[in-house]
Amino acid sequence: MLVSTNVLSRQPALRSLLAENGALAALVVLAVALSLLSGDFLSVTNLLNVGVQAAVTAILAFGATYVIITGGIDLSVGAVAALSAIVLAWSATSAGLPWPVAMVIALVVGLACGLINAALIAYGKLPPFIATLAMLGVARGLALVVSQGSPIAMPDAVSHLGDTIGGYLPVPVLVMAVMGVITAVVLNRTYSGRAMYALGGNEEAARLSGIKVGRQKLVTYALSGAFAAVAGIVLASRLASAQPQAASGYELDAIAAVVIGGASLSGGKGRAFGTLVGALILAVLRNGLNLLSVSAFWQQVVIGVVIALAVLLDTLRRRGSG
Amino acid sequence: MSGPDEQDTPPAPEPGRPEILRVEGLGKRFPGVVALDGVDFGLRAGEVHVLLGENGAGKSTLIKMLSGAYHPDSGRILLDGAPVEIRTATDAQRLGIATIYQEFNLVPQLTVGENLALGRPPRRFGLVDTRRMHEQARELLARVGIDVDPRTKVAELGIARMQMVEIAKALALNARVLIMDEPTAVLTTTEVQRLFAIVRQLRDQGVAVVFITHHLEEIAQIGDRVTVLRDGRSVAEVPARTPEEELVRLMVGRPIDQQYPREASSPGAPLLQVRGLSRAGAFTDVSFELRAGEVVGVAGLVGAGRTEIARAVFGADRYDSGEVLVDGHRLPGGDVNAAMAAGLGLVPEDRKGQGLVLGADVGENLGLVTLRRATRGGFVDRAGQRKAAGRVAAQLGVRMSHLGQEVRTLSGGNQQKIVIGKWLLADARVLILDEPTRGIDVGAKVEIYQLINSLTASGHAVLMISSDLPEILGMSDRVLVMARGRLVGELDAAEATQDSVMALAVTEVEDARVH
Repeated sequence: MLVSTNVLSRQPALRSLLAENGALAALVVLAVALSLLSGDFLSVTNLLNVGVQAAVTAILAFGATYVIITGGIDLSVGAVAALSAIVLAWSATSAGLPWPVAMVIALVVGLACGLINAALIAYGKLPPFIATLAMLGVARGLALVVSQGSPIAMPDAVSHLGDTIGGYLPVPVLVMAVMGVITAVVLNRTYSGRAMYALGGNEEAARLSGIKVGRQKLVTYALSGAFAAVAGIVLASRLASAQPQAASGYELDAIAAVVIGGASLSGGKGRAFGTLVGALILAVLRNGLNLLSVSAFWQQVVIGVVIALAVLLDTLRRRGSG
Repeated sequence: MSGPDEQDTPPAPEPGRPEILRVEGLGKRFPGVVALDGVDFGLRAGEVHVLLGENGAGKSTLIKMLSGAYHPDSGRILLDGAPVEIRTATDAQRLGIATIYQEFNLVPQLTVGENLALGRPPRRFGLVDTRRMHEQARELLARVGIDVDPRTKVAELGIARMQMVEIAKALALNARVLIMDEPTAVLTTTEVQRLFAIVRQLRDQGVAVVFITHHLEEIAQIGDRVTVLRDGRSVAEVPARTPEEELVRLMVGRPIDQQYPREASSPGAPLLQVRGLSRAGAFTDVSFELRAGEVVGVAGLVGAGRTEIARAVFGADRYDSGEVLVDGHRLPGGDVNAAMAAGLGLVPEDRKGQGLVLGADVGENLGLVTLRRATRGGFVDRAGQRKAAGRVAAQLGVRMSHLGQEVRTLSGGNQQKIVIGKWLLADARVLILDEPTRGIDVGAKVEIYQLINSLTASGHAVLMISSDLPEILGMSDRVLVMARGRLVGELDAAEATQDSVMALAVTEVEDARVH
């Protein structure tokens, strides 16, 4: 029995890790290729830069991972990120609130957007695509209304989130790591995390096993909203200003990262580590293409092709192992 | 009993009845599993050839190769004496091989006519010629002997009629070989007889039929020959009139002494009481009780309201009036969690659609109901869950490689054990089993019956809905009969017979028609 497992168990651990995780293998191949093509790629500064580039997408993608595991989709995260950042900046400047209070309000805004999404989906029975598409419009619109269409400067204290610790470790990378660990713990260890997998795998079976479907969807989309708020704050800190048009289209990067990381859009599958790898692949690719001076127009083409290839390879690999 | 020497005498094709299809030494491996290990099988024009074997014996793999879903690793398939490659479903179609799976291949939102013409509708000036499409559909439907308007949506048909539409679809493709995977599993006795009549008619027209069934009593009725598969090999080819005990012995490799090993225990206090339960359009004024240590069977035709009652009692669906009491405490309607807390458990009719998370592994499925109980401060004790799952899997004899195996890859019997197992872990005192052995092989059936015995021996109660009358009669202490949403009778299992149960299940329907 289990011929394949026996073969793998004789291989070094790294090799089996790569074999089981197509995305990680792709990331390694990409990194090796780029370090051969460009001498600048493998420097510490550049790698940390890649980490900063990946951070916002990764944090959004961690939030999207919960949603995608339940078989849903959240198109509103980019807009919610912008709205949360605008609310923070506006509260701390125009409304004159202390920055920690403003930060809490921003997180609550993200959370609230997620809860509204969930309520529309779980109790209003709207398809997730439609509910979150509507939220995308509303959140982006509110961001423009509150900011009157112009960027708002971030309070200095919050802008330090875009800095480095000890002039070395960028804070966005640290936040990304923390959010990643939180996601892994929530998914693997908590009741809600396990319920998300069951929900995405078979909602009716989950319901008949006593999982309260509506309540778990509230948790799922609320997490997605809160993670979007964190991503928005990190992005605005890096830019030192909250911009109403920030993070446009990031929801698609986030979804791409989750799917590249091995999750299934039909639900029931997905892991925090896979999502991290997915976000890193996108960031490494953009960084590498910049280093190789590929034009921004061609970069979009290449990234599109890579997304298709990554998921295609993963699908073929799974089909092959039946 | 005769020895297993049948395999040594390959039957020569009878003259005048040419062999259409022959399979030689067919083999197929999947990672970790050998699904087929040398299957020989011959099919003549104008015969009904029964494929018999426990789940996991290789029947599904074999028919998937004949229909182009899988490709064999070794061996060959001959059609009219010439080797053929069946790589895709289109190849199979071109060669005249049609397969009717248990999960139908119909588009429910389209009409019967559209489904019959799917992929190649008659055209006129580039547009679909609806009139001709419906004419062709009517002819096909007449050939299978059902009276359905081709403009009806498939979703509005009952399961028996959908099956007839599937057969008509196979005829539309001029199929010479018709493979039917457990076509009777979802049919009532009357519907089975109607199906048999059509199968015989097709056989007499020269169609070669491969027929898979777990109901041994059907074999002599419909079959001509039987090929028995065991552990991926063809172990015997025998005439269909072979005694059932002999077929069972060939199939499991050992004799099974008792098919229904019910050990009645004396009933204790009433655990579940249902009083005057009604929901418009589903069931009316249903009352019964279930005592500790009892197995109560619920018989009736498909659509009599049995599943609806089960789901309403469990809180999966609402009811309009009446009450459900567990231990004398009234349950709020439509609340699964309250029912669970009171000690109810439901093993639903649709194992794959409602009972299991197919993409998740054995351990996770077993721990689904107890997930909440294993949570402290939001965190799940996964190691403890795993340990408990391992214990129950061993107790139930789930055949798997390890707890991390996806339940999708298990056989039907093992999947059912897992659905029951999650309620054992939750220690549900009243188990509602809806068609607990549908599509499960004889060996696993007996294991599930033994499990029911041990549950009732320890004071649990079981409500068992089943369309399998011998099972109802063999395993119940009392039998409730439902028809048209009403409870029309209650029989003591000792004195109930198939005839007395069917008489009750059918009379009411006919009465209702008269009014």
